[in-house]
Amino acid sequence: MNPVVRTLLSRVGGYVGACLLVVFFALPLLWLVLTPFTPNPTYRASLSGVTLDNFRALVDNPQVWPSIRNSLVLAGGSALLVVALAALAAYALSRVRVPGRDQLLYALLLLSSIVTGTAAMVPLFLMLFQLGLIDRQVGVVLVLTGGLLPAAVFMLKDFVDSVPRSYEESARVFGAKPNQVLRHVVLPVIRPGMATVGVWALVQVWGNFLVPYVLLANPSKQPAAVVMYTFYDAGGQPDFALISTFALVYSVPVVLLYLVVNRRYGFAFQGGIKG
Amino acid sequence: MATVELTDLVTQYPNGVRGVDGVDLAIADGEFFALLGPSGCGKTTLLRTLAGLEGATEGRVRIGERDVTALEPGERDVAMVFQDYALFPHMTVSENIAYPLRIQKVARGEREERARESADPLSLGALLERRPAQLSGGQQQRVALARAIACHPQVFLFDEPLSNLDARLRLEARTFLKQLQRRLGVTTVFVTHDQAEALAMSDRMAVMEAGRIRQVGTPREVFQRPASLFVANFIGATPMNLLEGAVRGGRIDLGGVSVPLPAGHSGLGDGERVVWGVRPEYVATAGDGVPADEVVEGEVSAVENLGVTVLVTVAVGGRDGEEGVEVRAVLPEDDEPEVGARLRLHPQTARVLLYRADDDGALVEP
Repeated sequence: MNPVVRTLLSRVGGYVGACLLVVFFALPLLWLVLTPFTPNPTYRASLSGVTLDNFRALVDNPQVWPSIRNSLVLAGGSALLVVALAALAAYALSRVRVPGRDQLLYALLLLSSIVTGTAAMVPLFLMLFQLGLIDRQVGVVLVLTGGLLPAAVFMLKDFVDSVPRSYEESARVFGAKPNQVLRHVVLPVIRPGMATVGVWALVQVWGNFLVPYVLLANPSKQPAAVVMYTFYDAGGQPDFALISTFALVYSVPVVLLYLVVNRRYGFAFQGGIKG
Repeated sequence: MATVELTDLVTQYPNGVRGVDGVDLAIADGEFFALLGPSGCGKTTLLRTLAGLEGATEGRVRIGERDVTALEPGERDVAMVFQDYALFPHMTVSENIAYPLRIQKVARGEREERARESADPLSLGALLERRPAQLSGGQQQRVALARAIACHPQVFLFDEPLSNLDARLRLEARTFLKQLQRRLGVTTVFVTHDQAEALAMSDRMAVMEAGRIRQVGTPREVFQRPASLFVANFIGATPMNLLEGAVRGGRIDLGGVSVPLPAGHSGLGDGERVVWGVRPEYVATAGDGVPADEVVEGEVSAVENLGVTVLVTVAVGGRDGEEGVEVRAVLPEDDEPEVGARLRLHPQTARVLLYRADDDGALVEP
């Protein structure tokens, strides 16, 4: 075969493959964006007339707003706790020589997926029950924070490692106390990393269904991810109007947060000082 | 302003390596003092011990009237400029310069004023609102200096302050640093691995090797009379002629060639092994008036252009199967010889130094 034709064909094939892939991922998004505005939503993504009735129904639903608020409390609380604790731990692990430090980190990272995984739900439930933290949001925040911390420490340690020690030494020679070195120099320099980890933690918690579903009993304390699961009509049919509209509203805060943080810091998954 | 005094100072790392191994040093008030040595000789460790960033294992550090050995870096009243300048990337130039004052809890208005005061003489006045990443290397260095100046310390510590600048800028910064230090009159200790920098800038200097000080003196003393073979090798833009030989009949036999014994060394016994040393700058072409027994003659084996001078390597001796020696001379550009030509050289006997031919290689005093 002519090499030019072959190049052409392989290129056409590549683009067709890429297009199919895009369509595969874009269709659900299209459904997410279009369905809330259709009068009679189904599984199909079609725009047959535009209406805002679905949003009215959503506003009238008594569970919707409290659940979004609960989601914000759980995700915000966990993200803040994760960033604060991970930053301190990452700083310590980066600067203090601990024998077997890297092994410890890797072990924690591997085990962390278990903490918030299905297998650990029964022991976690029992533990929180003993602690009196069942059906309390603080319990959920603690469990989720515990599950996210190792990965967060791992990511942030990379940022701290890239902060030259001379920054801290310079501050020390000028008389800064350890907490001042941390507040004035280290934390501001790793702020992009903290922002990245914060958004990451928030998204993880925002989309988590299992942990709040198991650990919270009272429906008024459930976050949006769990409440969405209850949107079925009496006949067991999913209420597409409510689900699709809620899904759109539910995704807005995360997208907004992403845009704001990206604008401010730019996302970085690795430490590095721009020259 | 203060003196700096180090007594029996030892700084040992946790792995047992002694970065500083028994250093005694007194630096006078207002002196511009250089710590010079090859990499790994402990000069930076010594500076960091002075700053308090490394703890002294043994010995004392005194700054002025105070014994600061056990004090935190921030309590020693010193300011340090790091090799990478260590400017905080998230602060403006003004905030960087005023950072020491922020630690001292000076009010914001006064901080800004004093930052401006230290910045203006270093021509940073127009850059105060920029961030370090927006500055050139030379500007960053001046910000680091301004920050050190702003806290009015008793001693400045500079760790390789010029090594991150390009060659041209380094020469300008050298002059600038020297003028600045003179104007401020603050005792300054700076670390460098560049012997030319140490010779050019310092009032006095210490040459270090393996954690110990090998020689202390003014640049002229160290250049003219290196106290050991190590120092002799290390100092000087062109490598010193160092040839091993033996004293024989009032002269020194270098193997294939003999040179006069310098004055005052008649006490050396016949057959004693010594190293004959003379800087290439102190070797000239022999004119007609030079006594024949002071001339070293050989064949030019290499000519290197140094600008207004040339470095000529002459192979001397080597007849009758004997291995010859090489003598280097720095000659004016007009006297540049051809490679392969015969050349008569005249080492200035008054500038010749003799060293013991043992491991210490100490200078043989007349």
